[in-house]
Amino acid sequence: MERTALPRRLTWQVATAVEIVTETPQTRSIALDLPHWSGHRPGQHVDVRLTAEDGYQAQRSYSIASAPEDDHVVLTVERLEDGEVSPYLVDELRTGDKLELRGPIGGYFIWVESLGGPLLLVAGGSGLVPFRSMWRHHRAVQGRVPMRLLCSARSLPLLIYRDELTQIRADGVEASVTLTREQPEGWRGYRGRIDQDLLAEVGWPPDERPLIYVCGPTAFVEATANALVALGHEPDRIRTERFGGTGT
Amino acid sequence: MDRLDGNAIAGTMFEVFGREMTTAVGTCAGCGRVGPLAEVAVYLLTPGVVARCPHCDKLLMVIVDRRGMACVELAGFASLQEPPAAPS
Repeated sequence: MERTALPRRLTWQVATAVEIVTETPQTRSIALDLPHWSGHRPGQHVDVRLTAEDGYQAQRSYSIASAPEDDHVVLTVERLEDGEVSPYLVDELRTGDKLELRGPIGGYFIWVESLGGPLLLVAGGSGLVPFRSMWRHHRAVQGRVPMRLLCSARSLPLLIYRDELTQIRADGVEASVTLTREQPEGWRGYRGRIDQDLLAEVGWPPDERPLIYVCGPTAFVEATANALVALGHEPDRIRTERFGGTGT
Repeated sequence: MDRLDGNAIAGTMFEVFGREMTTAVGTCAGCGRVGPLAEVAVYLLTPGVVARCPHCDKLLMVIVDRRGMACVELAGFASLQEPPAAPS
């Protein structure tokens, strides 16, 4: 029988943690086994819901860190000290534990090859998470769109995906890192916050009409988007995603 | 209270509207700003969410959960267009 396109419903399902990787002292990546998953697009997120014994529920959104082509859906979660969900995910969750989740969600902050480029991805702290999905997808489909990445972290030990950032440079992604508070001896990357000068140096000239994605804490996203517009980039070519985290 | 954006309520909006809504385009009834719902200013407040215009701060949308039923107020939009087809 021919398949009929039915509107997709967003339903909760129970995922199982199959692998947990510590990225930094505050951040872990959790690979999940999902009973129902129709695939996602790079940049999408999921909602995670925790239910306490007394029935109290807390729900948060987490970006998907894996590419659609990867074996498992991976979430990278940063612990927020006053968080209701992230301390459990970062400190308590063990391999084999179950997690209630729905998704994939979102259609705006996504990138697929057909959207073109050139691409500039700008991340503050764990704003890097959805971009990992994008660069892994780009590699999996042997994408031809030129990709540049600029990310900001407080210090090298707090930078997530350190090894993978080195690896993607070898794959042709021009990845730059700026450390805002503390730099190790001999650091050859950038120092200080992302500003207009750094965006002009690392990004594409506005007349090449790059497609730009900015993800991070609200203040970081606002400052970066304003700097990009001041440089002459078209607001319509800048996509933003803000979250309540810390760490740029 | 952290100011987020429409991406943060993509799941809630999907629940209410039955489809992906962050790419739907809304027009602010206050200042006339036109843009995707992903760009509205969002505040997560128990037991619901509040969305405001990122340009003039007009109250655009309130979604409140009352005993499992979503109550939606959209009067701050002069218009709300269906999202375009998703890129593949």
